[in-house]
Amino acid sequence: MGSDEDLSNENARGLQQREAEKEREQEIKVDKVSDSQTQSKQEPEEKQQLVPKVSIKNLEAWFGSKQALKSINLDVREKTVTAFIGPSGCGKTTLIRCLNRMHEMTPGAKAKGQVIIDGTDIYDRNIDAVIIKRRIGMVFQKPNPFPTMSIYDNVAAGLKLNGIKDKHLLDEIVKDSLEGAALWDEVKNELGKSGMGLSGGQQQRLCIARALAMQPEVLLMDEPTSALDPMASSKIENLVHDLKKRFTVIIVTHNMQQAARVSDDTVFMYLGELIEHNPTKKIFENPEKELTERYISGKFG
Amino acid sequence: MMERRTSRRKLMNKVVSAFAIFSVLISVVLLGSILIEVIINGARALSINFLTQTPGAIGSGLGGVGPAIQGTLIVVGLTTAIGAPVGVFAGIYLSEFAGNGIFPASVRFFNDVLVGLPSIVLGIVAYVTLVIALGSFSVWAGAFALSLIMIPIVVRVTEETLKIVPNSMREAGQSLGIPKRKIIMNIVLPAAKSGVLTGIILAISRVAGETAPLIMTILGTDLYFTSLTGPVDALPLRIWRLASQPYQYAHDFGWGAALILILLVLGLSLGLRLLAHKRGFKIRTIAAG
Repeated sequence: MGSDEDLSNENARGLQQREAEKEREQEIKVDKVSDSQTQSKQEPEEKQQLVPKVSIKNLEAWFGSKQALKSINLDVREKTVTAFIGPSGCGKTTLIRCLNRMHEMTPGAKAKGQVIIDGTDIYDRNIDAVIIKRRIGMVFQKPNPFPTMSIYDNVAAGLKLNGIKDKHLLDEIVKDSLEGAALWDEVKNELGKSGMGLSGGQQQRLCIARALAMQPEVLLMDEPTSALDPMASSKIENLVHDLKKRFTVIIVTHNMQQAARVSDDTVFMYLGELIEHNPTKKIFENPEKELTERYISGKFG
Repeated sequence: MMERRTSRRKLMNKVVSAFAIFSVLISVVLLGSILIEVIINGARALSINFLTQTPGAIGSGLGGVGPAIQGTLIVVGLTTAIGAPVGVFAGIYLSEFAGNGIFPASVRFFNDVLVGLPSIVLGIVAYVTLVIALGSFSVWAGAFALSLIMIPIVVRVTEETLKIVPNSMREAGQSLGIPKRKIIMNIVLPAAKSGVLTGIILAISRVAGETAPLIMTILGTDLYFTSLTGPVDALPLRIWRLASQPYQYAHDFGWGAALILILLVLGLSLGLRLLAHKRGFKIRTIAAG
């Protein structure tokens, strides 16, 4: 059963990629890069582990003339949870929105630098900013299910509106995604109902399922529990634990306890700069930088 | 001191509520009395013959308003077929694509001017451009004139309604890599559906009752519709003609025609709403396992 599902996932990925010609170009690119990766395969195993899933190089971002991010450099390991923390306005949300090129959708906003995801620089001139988002899932601060769509269509929206029509495949991915978002048991008998009838926490898990349906390589979560009550938040946190088995998760949070609970690595940011990036345990018990220590202990922020 | 302020606040509260209720009563009573007057006077004239026959000789007391009903349906239908899509897409442009440059700002400005333009001016525009050019009063000219009334209303309402749709909907679509046109057509527009539809219904009701531009364009006739390039009758024109005759039966016919016009607009509005409501969610389930 398990291996069957994996196979159908592969099929879905294949269909998605075949669907748009532009994407095919990207695929070629990815292939080239993975060629170079296979060369490095001959090197010792440990070195393999060091190839980061997401690699940010000299990333800068602006809102109009105001610089929001100052030369960010950061590597994120595969299948881990990385938390971005820092006081309001430190740029953590801007940074996560740069990782799927969502930042530049805001009028007047721009970003410069490299974000290499699985070997592809998403800021490369030949990359289509619309299509690259299919490979990177995003969950927002407030649950935002599509109000006119059923639960089923919400989850299938990304695939359907990108041209996938195979009902059998859609059914399978919808079920798989809802299970992945720990929502299947609660909604399996009301897939045709509006997503707006769900509770806030369920809506947020629906949004997670919607992102998972695209089978992303990286899942970005921008303060996903900020609009939820503690019970719903803890469900999402537990879910994040499960998600990292399949995905690389990056989560922005204003809640330090949450960062401590869910993440493997933590990034502390302040005034648009990356101050410290270390394993979460180290950040919270023995941070390198004094600024981090002061923020963690609640002396400012 | 404190108590006096409290009692003053309570008094003001009562005064404002009373004024609000009074205003509602005035508008309801006025509209209600007009509607009742039309129904009482109009019902007398209603009959199968009245609905289907062409107007009889003046003073004969015979005939009906069949061509006017048919003409109104044709002209308003054609107007909607032209005006609604143009208006909706222009509204989409202003809300989703235009931003805040000089060009969209001037489009908005002239659109507002167009909303406020007297309808007879638009009738003259249609007369000068289409009637004279084609050499004949025509359905096309009438639909063109009425479109000029309908489009700015639909543009305005569509833009305003689309702007109310939260940006988080667009962002959710963008984050899934959905192309912009599909985000607009499949996510944003459906979310704004009832507002856009209300705007279209409002515009249809407005143009269905227009008289002045029709005098300049479709002229009015006693005959049934023959072609889109020829004249046709319409209910507001017929009401105007009947009301200007010196016979009691003609006045009754006029009331009857007015009642039919009101019922047509009402029926259309209800019908469109029902249609929009019905196209809700399809029941979908996945076999478990």
